[in-house]
Amino acid sequence: MNLKIRKIAVNIEETHREIGREISPATRKAVAVAVIENPFAGRYENDLTVLMDIGAELGTLLGRKCVDALGITPAEAESYGKSAMVGENGELEHAAAILHPKLGAPLRAEVEKGAALVASSKKMGSPGQVLDVPLGHKDAAYVRSHFDGIEVRLNDAPRANEILVAVAVTDSGRPLPRVGGLTHADAIGEDGLR
Amino acid sequence: MPEVILRKTAFSIEETFHEGGPVSINPPRRAAAIAIIQNPFAGRYEANIQGFMEDLKPLGLRLAMRLVEMLDGADQIEGYGKGALVGEAGELEHGALWHAPGGYAMRELLNDSGAIVPSSKKVGGVGSRLDVPITHINASYVRSHFDSMEVGLNDAPKANEMALILVMSTGARVHNRSGGLAAQEIIGKDGLR
Repeated sequence: MNLKIRKIAVNIEETHREIGREISPATRKAVAVAVIENPFAGRYENDLTVLMDIGAELGTLLGRKCVDALGITPAEAESYGKSAMVGENGELEHAAAILHPKLGAPLRAEVEKGAALVASSKKMGSPGQVLDVPLGHKDAAYVRSHFDGIEVRLNDAPRANEILVAVAVTDSGRPLPRVGGLTHADAIGEDGLR
Repeated sequence: MPEVILRKTAFSIEETFHEGGPVSINPPRRAAAIAIIQNPFAGRYEANIQGFMEDLKPLGLRLAMRLVEMLDGADQIEGYGKGALVGEAGELEHGALWHAPGGYAMRELLNDSGAIVPSSKKVGGVGSRLDVPITHINASYVRSHFDSMEVGLNDAPKANEMALILVMSTGARVHNRSGGLAAQEIIGKDGLR
């Protein structure tokens, strides 16, 4: 097993009021983070398969942590996103290897369906730096009310030889959506776009 | 006294498996609960503020109960702390209103919690972070349990708000080996040893 986790953190945010208006039920977002050892820190490695496989394991683990933290069924998840921040002895490509080839399918299994592309971000970083995880509707990327993001940071990660991997899941869109576009209720959810 | 107007709640849980040393068989966990409320005294000097402590009691209990639930029960909890972050239209003294309702809510739920709840407070802008101290719940001198947890939200506290924070932990630092009073040696009568 190549996945070596030093730390796991889960954050939940619930918005009860926005600009003086009551939000009922509260909108809720969760983000789950794993701090892992970077097996390729400090050297160039051409074959990144190990990181791709780690991504698959984290898709399940972190997706489930979010759904559990929200206390919802997988079907009740509405939007998702994924991000990675690589410590200074790694390279940006390491984030891509974790996030893109294999993380999505197991994450989709945790939130049921997930026809839409999983929005993502990646960066190099250091302990305490902020990672903004983008959010988009899980079945229809054009649902405008669900474009959002959630910030995550850990004061002690990622250290130089580590990678911070984050998955975010919500059960709702923004608190007071009113910029039009496709709505959650009107989404078909078959082609991942509408 | 004014009602408590809640804008946001946020909860964090962290589990540390190792920090470069041996992987822990019982990884310590820490959890934080944050409530963002309107500061009823923002923007003016108000001499008489103590009544608001009574109003904050249900919020204290709500946050403490959520932390106990997140950490799988009161019998798991060995450390605690509390803090307040006051938005710029308020004053440091407003943060001190959290001492009684925050601290006693946790001690009400936790058995053998004779130790004072350590705390930090400050005035800050949106996005400020607060390092909330953590010590053993029954004997402040237990060295293995001295810790802290950093908390904060990118969108709070606004000028007229306060962030009220409670933190609990399930054990010692992951590789604690700095000596001092050990948790299994405490007498548990004076809250200190």
